[in-house]
Amino acid sequence: MKKYTYTEKKDTRSGFGAGILELGRTNPNVVALTADLAGSLKLEGFIKEFPERYVQCGISEANMIGVSAGLTIGGKIPFATSFANFATGRVYDQIRQSVCYSNKNVKICASHAGLTLGEDGATHQILEDIGMMKMLPNMTVINPCDFNQTKAATIAIADYEGPVYLRFGRPVVPIFTPADQKFEIGKAIVLNEGPDVSIFATGHLVWEAIKAGEILAEQGIEADIINIHTIKPFDEEAVLASVRKTRCAVSAEEHQLNGGLGDSVAQALARNFPAPLEMVGVHDSFGESGTPDQLMKKYGLTAEKIVEAALRAKARVV
Amino acid sequence: MEIEQLQHIATQVRRDIVRMVHAVNSGHPGGSLGCTDLLVALYFDVMHLKRDEQGAAIFDMNATDEDLFFLSNGHISPVFYSVLARSGYFPVSELATFRKLDSRLQGHPATAEHLPGIRIASGSLGQGLSVACGAAFAKRLNGDDKHVYVLMGDGEQQEGQIWEAASFAPHHKLGNLTAIIDFNGQQIDGPTNLVMNNRDLGAKYRAFGWNVTEMNGNDMGDIIKTLHESKNDPEVPTLILMKTEMGFGVDFMMGSHKWHGVAPNDEQLAVALNQLPITAGMSDY
Repeated sequence: MKKYTYTEKKDTRSGFGAGILELGRTNPNVVALTADLAGSLKLEGFIKEFPERYVQCGISEANMIGVSAGLTIGGKIPFATSFANFATGRVYDQIRQSVCYSNKNVKICASHAGLTLGEDGATHQILEDIGMMKMLPNMTVINPCDFNQTKAATIAIADYEGPVYLRFGRPVVPIFTPADQKFEIGKAIVLNEGPDVSIFATGHLVWEAIKAGEILAEQGIEADIINIHTIKPFDEEAVLASVRKTRCAVSAEEHQLNGGLGDSVAQALARNFPAPLEMVGVHDSFGESGTPDQLMKKYGLTAEKIVEAALRAKARVV
Repeated sequence: MEIEQLQHIATQVRRDIVRMVHAVNSGHPGGSLGCTDLLVALYFDVMHLKRDEQGAAIFDMNATDEDLFFLSNGHISPVFYSVLARSGYFPVSELATFRKLDSRLQGHPATAEHLPGIRIASGSLGQGLSVACGAAFAKRLNGDDKHVYVLMGDGEQQEGQIWEAASFAPHHKLGNLTAIIDFNGQQIDGPTNLVMNNRDLGAKYRAFGWNVTEMNGNDMGDIIKTLHESKNDPEVPTLILMKTEMGFGVDFMMGSHKWHGVAPNDEQLAVALNQLPITAGMSDY
């Protein structure tokens, strides 16, 4: 197992804040919008340097999505920000008609995704957003794993023409990807190569997958560990290449099993190379209040659960 | 353009509307006929639009240095398509494909088929004012002094998103925005006052910080005069309550919500066309 270490932990939303500040300096068309969550989305740096390109919408997410679509007519690149729940589920029809069906160059950038926003509870913990967004034609869906990758993804999507949903979170997590990485939309990243089991992880679960790989290695099991930072377009080639070798797989995500990464892996395998798949994620339930660590443990989104899933998947290989 | 000439174009557009809706036995003639005069006024007189040397319309999705129009109540697509075709954005003959398979003229306006003149999909109500706000904001950022117009329905004012946008435009001082409400008092389920009373829309917008004015949307002279006079304050958006008669120009379609989304049969089409005589220089598609 390849060794991964970190010296610092940061929240992925701060990666977004750093990314959009850099974009402000390099791309005069980038506009940042928010619906009364500028601080939570780490927009302070951008607002200070580029006040004229900052659009406060007040608590009105539907309007923010429409205003964003309108800004693209005029060549602007709007980054519409809110919590993941209010940036997707609350405004699904606005995203559907004014952004995706109209194929507008809007970047929907959403923090506080998943369980790890913690104590606020289920009203704010969306676990369906990847599914809703990936079902929309024309939409690209990205869920980076740490500060550096979120920053790189933020910068990369400004150069991509079309609707994007970029999802990130609130808690501090290890920074283990390189600061100078080039983010390629739709290109999965192989973190470890091994012949025994494939582990496909996204977002905060990528670090858990690495920890799981270490535990498995101690038991003599070497895993393919792949960071699926882009859920759509889905890197089916990378998934199939890995499973053709290992013949079994695990998916891991901070999201419902319905509609999430595991669902995309299952579709790819069922269509091309049927193989045992064990899915780590939330089983058709809402979240609840608690600390991020408590919640990840209670809902089974940990390295230990990935290890168990890997062993189950391996045992099912015929 | 002379008022009389604009009126002739409007009559031809009304012929297009009833013929398009009749041809596929579906679509929304009532609101389309009511708003015909406005769209003709905008596209043939009021708006500054890009034209080539022959005078044909040039479509630029980003609308750089030209005025912009958004149709929020997308169901009145027949009038939008007819006016776009008649002002040179695409061949008039293409109106015959309205609502048919593989057409660029979808039931509700869409960009997916790349029909020149359409910049955003509309049909799911309540979204156009927000889009217009964004476009007006972009014009200001770009130092583009041209104007943004958006048409909405009066029933549509029942959507909550409208009032989010109604707060946004004055707050951000979008003086380059004019919103127009087709105030025909009708919606699918009946008179607007009975379905969900909007009360005093003018007072509401005034309270939100808009410059509010009224006009008769079936009087070409009043439309031209009002649109030219209404964009004087560079920091305050304008709301025009446009009184119209649903089905205007076809007597049996006027005065009720019955023709909101119903097509005329062969006999009714003949009666309607009889009331809309072709004038010199115009012809059916």
